[in-house]
Amino acid sequence: MATRTVQFEIKRRANPEAQAVWERFELEWRPGMNVISSMMEIATNPVTADGRETTPITYDSNCLEEICGSCAMLINGRARMACSALVDNLEQPIKLEPLSKFPLVRDLQVDRSVLFENLKRVKAWVPVDGTYDLGSGPRVFPQEQEVNYPLSNCISCTCCMEVCPQFNEETGFVGAATIAQVKLFNNHPTGKVLMEDRLRALAGDGGIQECGFAQNCVEACPKQIPLTNAISDVGRDVMVQKVKDWVRG
Amino acid sequence: MAAPRIIVIGGGLAGLAAVIKIAEAGGNVDLFSIVPVKRSHSVCAQGGINAAKNLKGEGDTTALHFDDTIYGGDFLANQTPVKAMCEAAPAIIDLLDRMGVPFNRTPEGLLDFRRFGGTLYHRTAFAGATTGQQLLYALDEQVRRYESEGKVKKYEGWEFLSAILDSKGACRGITALDLRTMELKAFAADAIILATGGNGAIFGKSTNSVVCTGSAQSAVFQQGVYYANGEFIQVHPTSIPGEDKLRLMSESARGEGGRVWVPRTPSDKRPIKSIPEAERFYFLEEWYPKYGNLVPRDVATRAIHKVVYELGLGIDGQPMVYLDLTHIDRETLNRKLEGILEIYEKFVGDDPREVPMKIFPGMHYTMGGVWVDFNQMTNVPGIFACGECEYQYHGANRLGANSLVSCIFGGFMAGPNAIKYAKSLPAIEGDGGAAAELLRQSETNEKLINNQGGENPFKLWRELGSTMTEHATVIRYNKNLKAADEKIVELLERYKNVNLSDKSQWANTSFAFTRQLYNMLELSRTIVQGALLRDESRGAHYKPDFVDRNDEKFLKTTKASFTGEISGPRFEWEEVDTQFIKPRPRRYDAAK
Repeated sequence: MATRTVQFEIKRRANPEAQAVWERFELEWRPGMNVISSMMEIATNPVTADGRETTPITYDSNCLEEICGSCAMLINGRARMACSALVDNLEQPIKLEPLSKFPLVRDLQVDRSVLFENLKRVKAWVPVDGTYDLGSGPRVFPQEQEVNYPLSNCISCTCCMEVCPQFNEETGFVGAATIAQVKLFNNHPTGKVLMEDRLRALAGDGGIQECGFAQNCVEACPKQIPLTNAISDVGRDVMVQKVKDWVRG
Repeated sequence: MAAPRIIVIGGGLAGLAAVIKIAEAGGNVDLFSIVPVKRSHSVCAQGGINAAKNLKGEGDTTALHFDDTIYGGDFLANQTPVKAMCEAAPAIIDLLDRMGVPFNRTPEGLLDFRRFGGTLYHRTAFAGATTGQQLLYALDEQVRRYESEGKVKKYEGWEFLSAILDSKGACRGITALDLRTMELKAFAADAIILATGGNGAIFGKSTNSVVCTGSAQSAVFQQGVYYANGEFIQVHPTSIPGEDKLRLMSESARGEGGRVWVPRTPSDKRPIKSIPEAERFYFLEEWYPKYGNLVPRDVATRAIHKVVYELGLGIDGQPMVYLDLTHIDRETLNRKLEGILEIYEKFVGDDPREVPMKIFPGMHYTMGGVWVDFNQMTNVPGIFACGECEYQYHGANRLGANSLVSCIFGGFMAGPNAIKYAKSLPAIEGDGGAAAELLRQSETNEKLINNQGGENPFKLWRELGSTMTEHATVIRYNKNLKAADEKIVELLERYKNVNLSDKSQWANTSFAFTRQLYNMLELSRTIVQGALLRDESRGAHYKPDFVDRNDEKFLKTTKASFTGEISGPRFEWEEVDTQFIKPRPRRYDAAK
C-alpha cells in the first residue's frame, strides 16, 4: 500500500522585491500533524515535490498554542493561525500564503508592527502612579470581569485586520483589534482617566468611522472576541465625545 | 553624569519587569527580543500566580508560602532570596491588579484564589486559564507607555549573540543580529540583564515556545558565566503530546477538581464513561491522600511514569492517562478554565467537558540557569539575569504558579540593581572590547554560512532532543547519562559539517537556528554531566540507583563553568543557604 501523503502549495518570495513563486511539497502523513509541524518537516528535508532542492520556509511562530499570535497566515485562502490548523481538517493541496495587507518580509513572514503603533496611538494602558506598593487595586465585580476578560484575550494576530475590506492604505483604518482595546481600557476604573484621549484618537481619518460593518472581523477572530459589539460601543462613545468637544468649542 | 544605559535581553515577564523598574528610576533601556515582546513565552503560563494574600480565611501567610516553596524545591534553593520573593508576592499581585489584569473575582469584587500543587492553601490568583498572557500584556502595556515617552527603545526581531567584555572582564554591551537584514551590530551598555527564559528546545519537543532554546544563556556561559543546577529539569505531569510540540494542560485543571486516573484493568475496552468508579484507579489520590491530585509536579510525573511503564496501565497500552473534568459542571469549567479547554478541543478534537482528557508528562521548565548572586548579578560584572534563565528561586523542583511571581520579582530586583551597579562603574577604556567581539562574531557567521558538509541542522536537533528526552528527564541512570554525553560530543563533531541549504542574507531563519543549535549542544552538557555527578534523588532529579536524598554530599548548588575542552564543563559545588528552615525529609503522602 502506498504511504498516505499530504500535499502543500506554498507561495514564496525570497524578499519584498522578489517575484512570487509557488512551490509544491509532498509529505508523509502522520496523525495529528498541523501546518507548523509540516513546515518543520520541510526544514529537515527541504526538497520540493518534484525533487528540487530548496530552502526551509520562513514564517513567524512561537508558542504553537494559539496564544502568542505569531503564526497568522492565509491557509486555503483563509486568515488563521497555522499552529491550530490541523492537516486532517484541511482540503488538499493545502495552500499557504502570507497575509496580504501587511508589508512582506519573506515567504510567509510579514511585518505587523502597525498594530503595536496603533496601540500607542490610543494609549492602550492603565496609567498607574508607579510600581511601588500602593495597596490593592479597585474593586471589580465578576460581572465586569466577564466583559473585560474576553477583550483582554486579543493575541494581536491581526486576522481581523487582514479580512477587513476597510483596512487598507487608502483609509488608514486602525482596525477592530485596536478599537476593542479602547473599549477594554475605557472600561477600567483607572484606565478610563484617558478615555477622552482614546476617543479623540479614533475620531479622525482612519478612525472608527472607516468601519463599513462588513463583520468579517468577528468571523475571523480565533479568540471569538466580540469585536462588532466593541466597535458599536466605542463608535457611540466617539460620537458623544465629538459632540462634547464641539459644544466646548 | 548621564543616566545609566541598560540593555535588557528578552521581553517576557522578567525582562519587562526589569525594564519598567529601570524606566521608572530614570534610566534608559534598550530592550532586545527575538519576537515582538507581546509574543514572548510568558503568554503560555496558564494557571496563575502565587501570593499568600489569605483572602479565604485559611490563615495563609508568606511564611507558609516560603516553607511550601523551599520544601517543594527539596531544600536546594538558597533561602534568603526565596523568603524575600514570598514576602513581596502579595504586593506584586496588588500592582498587577492596579495595572488592570482581569483577575477572576469573588462576588464581592475581590481577587479570587485557587489551589495549586504542593500547598494546602488557596494561594493562586488567576485570570481564567490564561494568567501568563494577561500578566504579560499588563507589563507590555506599561512598557509601551514608557516607549511612547522615549524612555525605552525596543529592538524586536534582534537576537542576542554575545556579551562584550572589556579588558578587566566587565560587560560593556552586547552583539546582536538583526533577524531580517542579518546585520551584525554592537550595542554599548553599562550593564545588561538577561531575561531569556527556558531551554526546552534542547529536549526537542517540550511545552516551551520556539524561542526557548537557552542559546543566550549558553553564549554567556561560554564567555565565563557559571551555569547552576542545570540538571534540574521539570517535566510537567500533564501535557498533550503533539507532532510539533507538547502542549501544556495546566495544573489548574487539577486545582479546580480534575482527577487523574486509569482503568484498573489494562487496556480496558469499555467506553470510558461506563467504567464504574470502583474499577478506576485514582492513583494520586490513593498514594498521596493528603495532597491527592495536587502533589508537586515531580511527584505526579513519576507516579504517571510508574503507572504506565511499571504497572502497564496506560490507556490502551499507550503512554497516556486520563485527566478527568467531566464531573464538574460546564458553567464552572467555562468560567475558570475555558482557555485550556479550548486548547485541548482545538488540538485534539474532543470536548474535555464531556470526555476525559488524555495526557502525558512533558518537559516544561528548567529550575537551573545562569548563576546569580542575591542581587541577580552573575559572576561576570555587569551581566545580570532574571526569570527562568537564572537558577535562584525553585531549588530542585518548582511549585506551580511560582514561576510568574519569580519572574516579576527577579525583574524587579535586577533592574534597580543593574542601575546601582552602572552608577559606580568606572569609565570605559577605548571601545570596551566591542570591535574584538564584533570580529569574533562575524567570523563565526562567515564560517557558518560558507560551511560545506552534509549535515542538516534540523536533523541534528532532532537527535539531540530525543537523546535528552530519553536519558535526562524523568528517570536517570548513570550509564545512560554517559551515553547521552557521548552522543552530544558526536553531535558537536557532526556540527562541524553542518550545511545550510539557505545561504541568503535576508530573514534567514535556518541560519539563526543553526547558531542557536551550537549553543544548545554546549549547554546540554551541563544538564547531562550535572545529572551524572549528582548521585542522589532530589526533587525533579531522580535516580533509581540512588533513591534517597543525600544532604551530606549533595545539599549543594552545582556550578558548571565552560572549559572549551572535549571533556566538557568543569564542576564545583557551593553551600546552600538554609539559615531559616532546617532541611527535613520531603514527603507528600502525609501533611508536612
